[in-house]
Amino acid sequence: MSAPNKSYDPVEVEALKPEEIERMRDEALAAFAAADSLDALHEAKVAHTGPASPLALANREIGALPPHAKAEAGKRVGQARGAVNKALAARQAELEAERDARVLVEEAVDVTLPYDRVAAGARHPLTTLSERIEDIFVAMGYEVAEGPQVEAEWFNFDALNIGPDHPARGEHDTFFVQGPEGGTESGVVLRTHTSPVQIRSLLDRELPVYVICPGRVYRTDELDATHTPVFHQVELLAVDEGLTMSDLKGTLDHMVQSLFGEGMKTRLRPNFFPFTEPSAEMDMLCYVCKGESVGNPDRPCRTCSSEGWIELGGCGMVNPRVLTACGVDPEKYSGFAFGFGIERMLMFRHNVEDMRDMVEGDVRFTRPFGMEI
Amino acid sequence: MRVPLSWLREYVDLPATETGRDVQARLISAGLEVETVEHLGADLKGPLVVGQVTAIEELEGFKKPIRFCTVDVGQANGTGEPQEIICGARNFSEGDKVVVALPGAVLPGDFQISERKTYGRMSRGMICSSDELGMGDDGSKGIIVLPPETEVGKDAIELLELVDEVLDIAVTPDRGYCLSMRGVARETATAYGLPLRDPALLDVPAPNAYGYPVKVSDPAGCDRFTARTVTGLSPEARSPIWLQRRLQKVGMRPISLAVDVTNYVMMELGQPLHAYDRSLVQGAIGVRRAEPGEKLTTLDGVERTLDPEDLVITDERGPIGLAGVMGGADTEIADHDAGSATVDVVIEAAHFDPVAIARTARRHKLSSEASRRFERGVDPMAASAAAQRTVDLLVLLAGGTAEAGVTEVIAPSAPTTITIPADHPDKVAGVAYGRETVVRRLQEVGCDVYGQDELIVTVPSWRPDLTDPNDLAEEVIRLEGYENLPSTLPKPPAGRGLTRRQRLHRRIGRALAGAGYVEAPTYPFISEQIFDQLGLEAGDPARRVVKLTNPLSDEEPALRTSLLPGLLGALRRNDGRGSHDLALFETGLVFHPRDEQRIAVRLPVDRRPTDEEIAELNAALPDQPRHVAVVLAGAREQAGWWGKGRPADWADAVEAARTVAREAGAELTVRKGQYGPWHPGRCAELVVTVDGTERVVGHAGELHPRVLKTLGLPARTCAMELDLDVLERVGDDTPQAPSISTFPVATQDVALVVDAFVPAADVEAALREGAGELLESIRLFDVYENAEQLGEGRKSLAYALRFRAADRTLTVDEASAARDAAVALAGERTGAVLRS
Repeated sequence: MSAPNKSYDPVEVEALKPEEIERMRDEALAAFAAADSLDALHEAKVAHTGPASPLALANREIGALPPHAKAEAGKRVGQARGAVNKALAARQAELEAERDARVLVEEAVDVTLPYDRVAAGARHPLTTLSERIEDIFVAMGYEVAEGPQVEAEWFNFDALNIGPDHPARGEHDTFFVQGPEGGTESGVVLRTHTSPVQIRSLLDRELPVYVICPGRVYRTDELDATHTPVFHQVELLAVDEGLTMSDLKGTLDHMVQSLFGEGMKTRLRPNFFPFTEPSAEMDMLCYVCKGESVGNPDRPCRTCSSEGWIELGGCGMVNPRVLTACGVDPEKYSGFAFGFGIERMLMFRHNVEDMRDMVEGDVRFTRPFGMEI
Repeated sequence: MRVPLSWLREYVDLPATETGRDVQARLISAGLEVETVEHLGADLKGPLVVGQVTAIEELEGFKKPIRFCTVDVGQANGTGEPQEIICGARNFSEGDKVVVALPGAVLPGDFQISERKTYGRMSRGMICSSDELGMGDDGSKGIIVLPPETEVGKDAIELLELVDEVLDIAVTPDRGYCLSMRGVARETATAYGLPLRDPALLDVPAPNAYGYPVKVSDPAGCDRFTARTVTGLSPEARSPIWLQRRLQKVGMRPISLAVDVTNYVMMELGQPLHAYDRSLVQGAIGVRRAEPGEKLTTLDGVERTLDPEDLVITDERGPIGLAGVMGGADTEIADHDAGSATVDVVIEAAHFDPVAIARTARRHKLSSEASRRFERGVDPMAASAAAQRTVDLLVLLAGGTAEAGVTEVIAPSAPTTITIPADHPDKVAGVAYGRETVVRRLQEVGCDVYGQDELIVTVPSWRPDLTDPNDLAEEVIRLEGYENLPSTLPKPPAGRGLTRRQRLHRRIGRALAGAGYVEAPTYPFISEQIFDQLGLEAGDPARRVVKLTNPLSDEEPALRTSLLPGLLGALRRNDGRGSHDLALFETGLVFHPRDEQRIAVRLPVDRRPTDEEIAELNAALPDQPRHVAVVLAGAREQAGWWGKGRPADWADAVEAARTVAREAGAELTVRKGQYGPWHPGRCAELVVTVDGTERVVGHAGELHPRVLKTLGLPARTCAMELDLDVLERVGDDTPQAPSISTFPVATQDVALVVDAFVPAADVEAALREGAGELLESIRLFDVYENAEQLGEGRKSLAYALRFRAADRTLTVDEASAARDAAVALAGERTGAVLRS
């Protein structure tokens, strides 16, 4: 920057003449307008606003003017530079917008390209259906109880009023565990139902007891389209003062409504189980045809074979003998229980046609079920 | 129990319009599991008539012998002319009465009968076999030959009762009485509110001293034994058509008159009976327990070695029958066809202890119609009536003579009495039935009921299952209709939701599925060979297994101690089915025997077991920890338009372990390990600290190539397994919030050169510690090996260190000083030097 030239002769400086300033400004404006790219504009910017540009040089001359002329010349140059900068910014914005629009077009992609880089995982529907059922009861205040799968016969049978010679004991097709030194007598079995967890709950918990017991159980059936030696049950146990069979019915109705929608209901049919008395077989209204396929050959229902009802499992009032074996006073307390197979429910709820599909671990079967069902 | 509707109507006057389906619905609602209703003869259409074969012409020259028969069908064909029929069967002769399907008839299976030319003759109808009429097994194989007295021209559909409905009832163990027409009839009568004609209400002569001698040495095992004798049975006598048909419809095969009659009475009254050929029984009949080593050949031809607990029927030579289960071959009733027909029979109608019979049947793996009934309870009071009914039928149908002698050996017993409050059923059901209804329903069941507020209920002899107040409540509630129970909801106390363990299991499932793993729950049955295949050492504790006495397959008698055998099996199955890029997981129990194995004792059930007793029972159970495992093969990331794919490798397996540990809130240390199935150079040992002690909870990495080859698994298959229960124990699921500094971060990168064998984890740990509390995070962003630049056996680890202070902007000097401290400690601990 040059210092003011105090000894400068007060003559008119050529570069600060008004017409010169106007010319410089107009040339700059014309150059900006002519620039057709950001690069060209940058060149014009350097030429017309840079330190060596005519206006910058003119500005420098102001200092040499006598004080009375400084103000006017300064104003003139300032206005010209203002106009130039404004035009530059405008053109800059214009060209940038043009460039951006072009780049965005160039950057466009095919958004329909598939992206299966990592295949989605999934949880097994037996797990998620069981959880779904658990959640219904947890919401009501029940707690989820678990127990060992290799279980003492006392828990699996005796405490459930299935004595050693009870005819029902033979129907359980039990896997027996070898005893010490490979002996046949161990008193230990693979649990045939989740009912031993009910016994453990009654022994471990404070009354009243409201539990739901999901889990794996075992019976000596060969695997085929409708049987598996390893399957899953959910059982429920409620023991409290004054529980009735109507409470059992209401609880079942609530469950099927939660799982299958409004208007669903259950039907109880008398049956026999050693651990409940009275006992019942429970059916649910067919959630597909709502019973309308019965006697209506034009609208057959595959899900319930036009029976109108789907068999769910067994239930009843806890046999007072079971309560006694658990130290619960049957004079004071009563209870109800039910249990059913998850595999069966999965079959009719999700149209699984072959039991083997549920046990073989084929990823093609499991993937569509995702995280929750 | 198969129940023909026509037979049922004999005891209950059901409305004529009631169909099998109607009766089924009523009985189901009364608690009988009527599984099916079979419509016999539903698709059968006449004319089907009785004919007499008057002439048989044998036709020659065909592949098989063919008969051209002339059959007199009376006026049944409208003309009275004999009917000419071609027949291929040969078990009939001229003069025999047969069943003829005339043209226009339709037999089961839509088999249309018409006049047609065959074997060069016109055949006008068909001579029928029982098979063709859908009658079931009659023991003969061929044309039905009717008794000679059958009237020619008679409608055979009616004669053979071909049209009927049969209810098939699955009888539950508590309803032994429904294994008889009498029992089902009683339920039907109650369900319809109609009177029952009880077939057991017979006049029975009083016992006397001159019946067949019987000595019961074990009155606990046999509390009742009735013996009757019928002599002079006609050897030619055959079971009449109606009796044969009823047996066929209930699913039994007619054999001989005496046997058919005992079977018939068993079906009618529920009392198993046995008929002995009197000429083959020597001396008195006895009932006792078997002696050790005693042998008996039962009717099925099997020689059985008896157990001292077995109840046997004896004569003076020894056992002649397995009481209540099956008779012996030596005293079998001989069929008239066999030449030496039985003429005199002794009939046994006894009552045996259900438990003794159940045990014997199970011990000898011999379940019979008789044992099924005794196990479930037979009405002891019906024994005499059943014997009488058998005598009556043998006299009527075989021309026999009932001997006057009546033997009855009875151990005195009192009927079962139960006292209940009159409102007990109301309280169980949650319905106000009222005393009157309760009493009426119990009476319908057959109970005698006395009392007002307290009811004293004597249960009928055919209901040994009624022992407890709730049994009576069930009877009332079921007869009032389960379908009429209201729907109410109890009010449980507030629950605490899922436990930490339960939430963790769910979370792990979601996290692994989120990482692309598919859950595959597998069977826990394994072969012990798998341990060799997995390369476990001889003393590996995982080789100690819980074994089953009755495995489904002798190849897989043990329970898993690891999830890998099952999960690798699922991987191989998927691979074999064409899914090659696989990531599977399973969470489930494994089973380890206790060091000291004991027998789980049978605790009493009349009281709560003590805590010590429960603990002892639990100590007899194997240890059953929950494990989680993953297996991977093929591509972890697919190649595609985005670029190259990436095969699943050891690092994915280790990362799965870290994922699980993160969900558990457990601090997991990963270090170099070496174990069984894993590649010795690519195996990570997974370690947590439990109560101050380090514990290996699992392994992860690539599997050993030898294991992969042995098990037929894809190359480079990787796996991880760890003990979830331990992880849960050390985990902390209440993470603490860090304080978030808003001051700028200072980043410093360092590249350290160390010997190749130095674990990166050690270097990182030293850097972390050396950097001090200003270090916010550290990340290894490059690993580099180049012998030329770094020297042989050396590697370069490049880390990005991020520093930040809580209260100020760090200066460059501060950040550099922290970095230098970090590098210095890494140098000291691992020999790391800054890469120049």
